[in-house]
Amino acid sequence: MSAADPREELLEHLPALRAFALSLTRNGATADDMVQDTVVKAWTNMDKFKVGTNMRAWLFTILRNTYYSSRRKLNREVSDPEGTFTASLSVKPDHDGRMNLTDFHKAFVTLPDEQREALILVGASGFSYEEAAEMCGAAVGTIKSRANRGRAKLAELLHLDGDSPLEMTDNATMAVVAGGGGVLR
Amino acid sequence: MKNRSKDEPEEDDMDGPAPHVVAMIDQNLKLVYSDLVREELPDRFKDLLAVLKAQDADKGASS
Repeated sequence: MSAADPREELLEHLPALRAFALSLTRNGATADDMVQDTVVKAWTNMDKFKVGTNMRAWLFTILRNTYYSSRRKLNREVSDPEGTFTASLSVKPDHDGRMNLTDFHKAFVTLPDEQREALILVGASGFSYEEAAEMCGAAVGTIKSRANRGRAKLAELLHLDGDSPLEMTDNATMAVVAGGGGVLR
Repeated sequence: MKNRSKDEPEEDDMDGPAPHVVAMIDQNLKLVYSDLVREELPDRFKDLLAVLKAQDADKGASS
């Protein structure tokens, strides 16, 4: 074989693919099933992958399409954005002036799928808005709007948009400090 | 260039939170996500790749 088989590249993308699946489905078993489906689809359709393009983006696209088509089949959101997650969200505006990562995650999982997806793609995984738009089959403006609405909702749930700019800055600093403990690389 | 999606008329209808709030949220998103990426990959995926590879090898041998 003259060129490296792109199949060999699959394994290295699986941790990121699984993280995306977990963010999207909010359920470990469902996420792993989605990853498994995606791997099989990718493997059997590898001839459709354009060598030299972004395999991670391609895999993410397969996974999200798998997820949304199964969601359509179920004809409902798998979990309830406004229900139990929101009810269990107990972020105090000012308990000690800091936001921890658990609070952040609790707030994050209350967002609608499309907003979580946009935020993970552009906020966390480092895809550009243009790449995310292509992956989601949506306009760039749509992705920006989803990400912004997601961020606005998080800011609201976590009381990051308080009255005092000083307090906000302090919260911002503390969140990064609190969240960053032990994972600085 | 802009292909408007059918179901969502919204465009740049809002700018989102202030830049420093956006920066903080994105920092935390990265932390949450990188925690997930660092989770150990379940064995089932390595097994799956091995099975797929073996199937291909069989096909190659039989054709």
